[in-house]
Amino acid sequence: MHMADALLSPAVGGAMWAGSLGTIIYCAKKLRDKMDEKMIPLMGVLGAFIFAGQMINFTIPGTGSSGHIGGGMLLAILLGPYAAFLVIASVLTVQAFFFADGGLLALGANIWNLGIYPCFIGYPLIYRAIVRKNNSPKLITFATVLSVAIGLQLGALSVVLETRMSGITELPLGTFLLLMQPIHLAVGLIEGFATAGIILYVRTLRPDIVDDIEGVKSVASGVSLKKVLITMGILALITGGAFSWFASNHPDGLEWSIEKIYGKPEIHRKLNPVSENLAKLQEKTAILPDYSLPSKDGGKAEETAPSWPAVEPGTSISGIIGGLMVLGLVIVFGFGIKAMRKMRDRA
Amino acid sequence: MSFDLEFFNIGYLDTLSYKDTFVHRIDPRIKIIVSFIFILFVVSFQKYEVSALMPFFLYPVFLLTAGNIPLKAIAKKIVFVSPFAVFIGIFNPLLDTGVILSPFGIPVSGGWLSFISIIMKFVLTVSTALLLIAVTSFPGICEALERLKLPKVFVIQLLFLYRYLFVLLEESLRMIRARDARSFGKRGKEMKTFIRLISVLLIRSVERAERIFCAMLSRGFRGEIKVLRRHTINAYDILFLIISVTMFYLFRSFHIVNIIGETVGRSFR
Repeated sequence: MHMADALLSPAVGGAMWAGSLGTIIYCAKKLRDKMDEKMIPLMGVLGAFIFAGQMINFTIPGTGSSGHIGGGMLLAILLGPYAAFLVIASVLTVQAFFFADGGLLALGANIWNLGIYPCFIGYPLIYRAIVRKNNSPKLITFATVLSVAIGLQLGALSVVLETRMSGITELPLGTFLLLMQPIHLAVGLIEGFATAGIILYVRTLRPDIVDDIEGVKSVASGVSLKKVLITMGILALITGGAFSWFASNHPDGLEWSIEKIYGKPEIHRKLNPVSENLAKLQEKTAILPDYSLPSKDGGKAEETAPSWPAVEPGTSISGIIGGLMVLGLVIVFGFGIKAMRKMRDRA
Repeated sequence: MSFDLEFFNIGYLDTLSYKDTFVHRIDPRIKIIVSFIFILFVVSFQKYEVSALMPFFLYPVFLLTAGNIPLKAIAKKIVFVSPFAVFIGIFNPLLDTGVILSPFGIPVSGGWLSFISIIMKFVLTVSTALLLIAVTSFPGICEALERLKLPKVFVIQLLFLYRYLFVLLEESLRMIRARDARSFGKRGKEMKTFIRLISVLLIRSVERAERIFCAMLSRGFRGEIKVLRRHTINAYDILFLIISVTMFYLFRSFHIVNIIGETVGRSFR
């Protein structure tokens, strides 16, 4: 359920980045104050473990297809929320760079969707709340499954909302939710039981890893509902601020939705002197200032005109011709650089 | 299994990143910033835009050719990660059926246009991310992140993660081979076996981390790791930044594709 750059608008992507970056800095600060030095290699190696663990697949009961774990909640239980959030962010960063899972703009959203919920909702408010007093195997299983499932539901919900707010997909909100939530409920239950199994099995072999990484517990126990709510509120303000900043600085990306709401995309043109001047220059340099070939089949244009937004056929044909030409130029450019490289290598 | 192997074949991108070309030598900070601006420009187009995206292929093609990266390696990875974008995008042609343009008399619905637009944006952004790592190297990225003032703990454990990634991947590949050698068909992949395998891998990882920590202590670790700084920003880097951002801006505000299309169309008339 990784978000992809192509599904995000700059405003939403930027806002999610602001939120995730803020949380990374906050977690790093928390860790710097209280961390045991031992944690540094442990965090790095456990991040690598998540990758290695994802290679080992299992048969999903009842379906015959195979899956692997995500591991967000497992990290939160092993490392505590702050360290786990940093590890999840790093795992996603490596995935974004090497596997292009999502992309760089979507990385902010992915860290939010897969990191915030297990670390700051699932672990402190569900898992710890249930397991705190009595840590019998049954209770641990229950707490793990519940927190994993809720974390994934919230993550999937965020994916839906982010995609909707970016205005890329045509899917109605209800259908989109119906597509995403039940799938992730199933995924959440399987992941929950797998995580619980791992926690319990590791506990029989090395109880200290699960129950008693001292530095972690002291950091972890400081999380209260009030604190989480306040932090989330502040983060919401920051993201909101980032959102409006983006909205005012990059009107192009929001033009579409603003056009839908106000029906006047022209407002922004006046706000930006640079693009205004460029537009003038553009009109001078363009061969046909209004961008459209005199269309031969004017009658057809009228037929298609009512469907919105009416694009003149002249424009679309020059778009196709120009598009192919530009693509050709790009390819020529690529081969040119390759040829230059070869010549230089020979010299 | 072949999917997983392809998916996890990250060592290859790593080897590519140690080449020495013009783009490899650009300061990682500049490359990250330019790529990020590039992605912002690409996704800022409205959802029906197709032709105006074409000029933007210049940037990934530049990284690919100037960085001497094989196209096949990148293309393969793009195809492997495409399912989610395709899954979300494929509903557009089904739901948005209003015909918004009909070149040469062929009606094209808004849904198909926005679908093609999503796929093009996807290819542009994903290939840029992959090429960025292929021409920068991961330690280079980490150096840049640290110098761009990201928290040090985060950067350090990112470096740790990367270093031990290869070790642990080999470890888990050995475990998988052992499991496959001892089981037939679909057996051996039950939840119970899986949980035990993962648990053992987890314990081994934790124990490895403990040994690493001891080794670090014996080499004088005091809770601080110095990140190697190998790059400095020079005039070429600044030039690269200015030229690329100016070009993105021009591509964004001028509809170059239409201008070329009109010129060509007129000369045929």
